[in-house]
Amino acid sequence: MYLGKVIGNVVASRKSAGLEGIRLMAVQPVNHDGTPRGNMLVAADAVNSGPGDVVHLVGSREASLAFENQFVPLDAAIVGIVDSIDLEEET
Amino acid sequence: MILGRIIGTVVSTVKHPEYKGLKLLVVQPVDTNGAASGDSFIAVDDVQAGVGDTVLAIREGNGARQIFKRRDFPIRAVIVGIVDDVNVPSQDGGTR
Repeated sequence: MYLGKVIGNVVASRKSAGLEGIRLMAVQPVNHDGTPRGNMLVAADAVNSGPGDVVHLVGSREASLAFENQFVPLDAAIVGIVDSIDLEEET
Repeated sequence: MILGRIIGTVVSTVKHPEYKGLKLLVVQPVDTNGAASGDSFIAVDDVQAGVGDTVLAIREGNGARQIFKRRDFPIRAVIVGIVDDVNVPSQDGGTR
């Protein structure tokens, strides 16, 4: 499970069975301090996030468990919108 | 399982219903000397861990489902222990 920032949405009219009705968002994974990490990815949205939101995601098999139809062909799901991250003081 | 250090907490109001009531923590993987190794990640707490604790974490969904006894649990990473000590004998016979 990791943090990301929603940078946009993705529209695909033709997609695999099971993906219908699922919102796809473009996400840039970020570190806990908000700096970008690695390449952007496309994630299915389970919580109605929007561009600019910092979110937390779950990957692999567990991504599809976030949806009602639990056998959905996806490998990343947005499962929460982050209000704040409280980090320990740097020493 | 990996060793990590809790470096923060995540507050999130809008979340998947299965996450209700769970504490989310930011974990920094560490090596046996306590130095950071690799990228931080988010995990659910099962042992009342707090910021600054060195912990044992799993990053695999089947174990997470067993711990919380829920079948359809969209969660992969769980803090499963608070580490008191790590003893790794070094090459010269001492411990570090």
